[in-house]
Amino acid sequence: MNVGKPPTSDQALRLEGIYKSFERNQVLRGIDLEVGSHQVVCLIGSSGSGKSTLLRCINLLEPVDRGRVIFFGVDISAAGTDVNAVRRQIGIVFQAFNLFPHMTVLQNITLAPIRVLGKPRRQAEEEADALLRQFGLYDKRKEYPDRISGGQQQRAAIARALAMQPRLMLLDEVTSALDPELVAEVLNVIRALAGAGMTMVIATHEMGFARGIANRVCFLDNGVILEQGPPEQIFRNPQQPRTQRFLQSITDAGHL
Amino acid sequence: MFSDPGQPVEGPLVIPGGPPLGIMGPGPRRQPLRGRRAIAVSAVSTVAFLGLLAALFFLAPGSAQVRRTFFNLPDARTAFLGDPQHGIFSVGAAFVLNIEMFLVAEVLILILAMVIAVIRQLQGPVLFPLRMLAIAYTDFFRGVPLILVIYAIGFGVPALNLAGVSTQKTVVYGLVALVLSYSAYVSEVYRAGIESVHPSQVAAGRSLGLSQWQSMRSVVMPQAVRRVIPPLLNDFISLQKDTALVAVLGVIEANRAAGIESSTDFNYTGYTVAAVLFLALTVPLARFTDYLIARDRRRRQATTAR
Repeated sequence: MNVGKPPTSDQALRLEGIYKSFERNQVLRGIDLEVGSHQVVCLIGSSGSGKSTLLRCINLLEPVDRGRVIFFGVDISAAGTDVNAVRRQIGIVFQAFNLFPHMTVLQNITLAPIRVLGKPRRQAEEEADALLRQFGLYDKRKEYPDRISGGQQQRAAIARALAMQPRLMLLDEVTSALDPELVAEVLNVIRALAGAGMTMVIATHEMGFARGIANRVCFLDNGVILEQGPPEQIFRNPQQPRTQRFLQSITDAGHL
Repeated sequence: MFSDPGQPVEGPLVIPGGPPLGIMGPGPRRQPLRGRRAIAVSAVSTVAFLGLLAALFFLAPGSAQVRRTFFNLPDARTAFLGDPQHGIFSVGAAFVLNIEMFLVAEVLILILAMVIAVIRQLQGPVLFPLRMLAIAYTDFFRGVPLILVIYAIGFGVPALNLAGVSTQKTVVYGLVALVLSYSAYVSEVYRAGIESVHPSQVAAGRSLGLSQWQSMRSVVMPQAVRRVIPPLLNDFISLQKDTALVAVLGVIEANRAAGIESSTDFNYTGYTVAAVLFLALTVPLARFTDYLIARDRRRRQATTAR
């Protein structure tokens, strides 16, 4: 599995007082978060609690209104940051896959290594093939995204992000758009990634998965991290009433 | 098509390892009997409809006259081949000029229009003047009738007496006018295509470290262009016909040659010949484009393995 470059700092990511609003809608209201190298942090919380926006702020798809994003010791939220250089090192996988429909699986994966990193096509394809073999997608490399299953599409999207050899992966509810029977194949890939030491921030509704994979679980509510801690503490003994209510509703829905 | 799970999938549904269900989209034909009957019904109704039109044409009081002046075979022959001794230009030979104008103009329009469309999409306050220029350009050239642009360029530019610029062949001015006018329309077609590509595609491209320009080139434009091929073709069929307007500058293309023939022979058959030639060019192009679109869709979305 692709582990990325060796870390230069024990702290991969530090968020300091992140605020973000769209028009009059305050989505993030002072988020502080630290993610150590090789750590997996899971963000849980109801829809609209700000999980996706937080992930998009980390890789600068959305500029923050206030606060700082420190990535391996560098303030990447500062003015004058080369956003393209930052995004090369931060992979993100989206809920709706966002594969490029006019390209084959292989082309999806090799596009950025060729165009952004300037790798020769042959080398990029060899590396992509290695990833595709690990992900069980090698026989789908010449297929177009619309011709493969959702689970295969999402695995291809993860492979696409990994092809850039990122130092941090952000996963935004990557199984929420999948049919239930396709969820496991994607989660297994992510577990393997965590096992290989990839630093990840994962927004998810799969509580069992979060419990198994996370070093730390953060409960987001209304734009703030209301409660965080080791998964056992959050899931077994949540302190905040809102966390308890959220977990209760998830349990009622049969997701735990 | 952007693979949003909320959108219905085109093409037949397939259970992994099972046969296509054929719920959505064309599945395999399973009812040949009904199919054959449908073909028979449509054949009969087509024949009846065409027969009605033919009857209307042949039974009209002026039918004989119209047939003589519009569909006169010997005149059609003269018009098509030309008759240099009587000063009649060949409509067929003149039509080659229409094709040349169309081909050259099309390439230039595709390039210029894309440049304008991309400029309009660029972000950033520094580029504001460029964006304004692009908007002004499309507003102006979509607003002025093509024939006035042709007059303005065709008679105005030579009158400027600019060295090198004002001494071109007349057809070049007509060509420039066509390119200027059509680029405004086609850039709007491109723009519609660009805006139809879901923002999440750009997000995916940018998140991989592609620059604004790279994601435009590799992610947005290829999808945008595929989607606007039918309206683009629509504009180009229109362009093929509008090459005839360059005749107002005195350029002898098909329309002009037909006019000369008809005023010499007191017969409109020359125009009919020109019309048939235009049809012979536009209809195959339309079918070819349909074929390209269908092939592209099949390649990306069919669920049966090759």
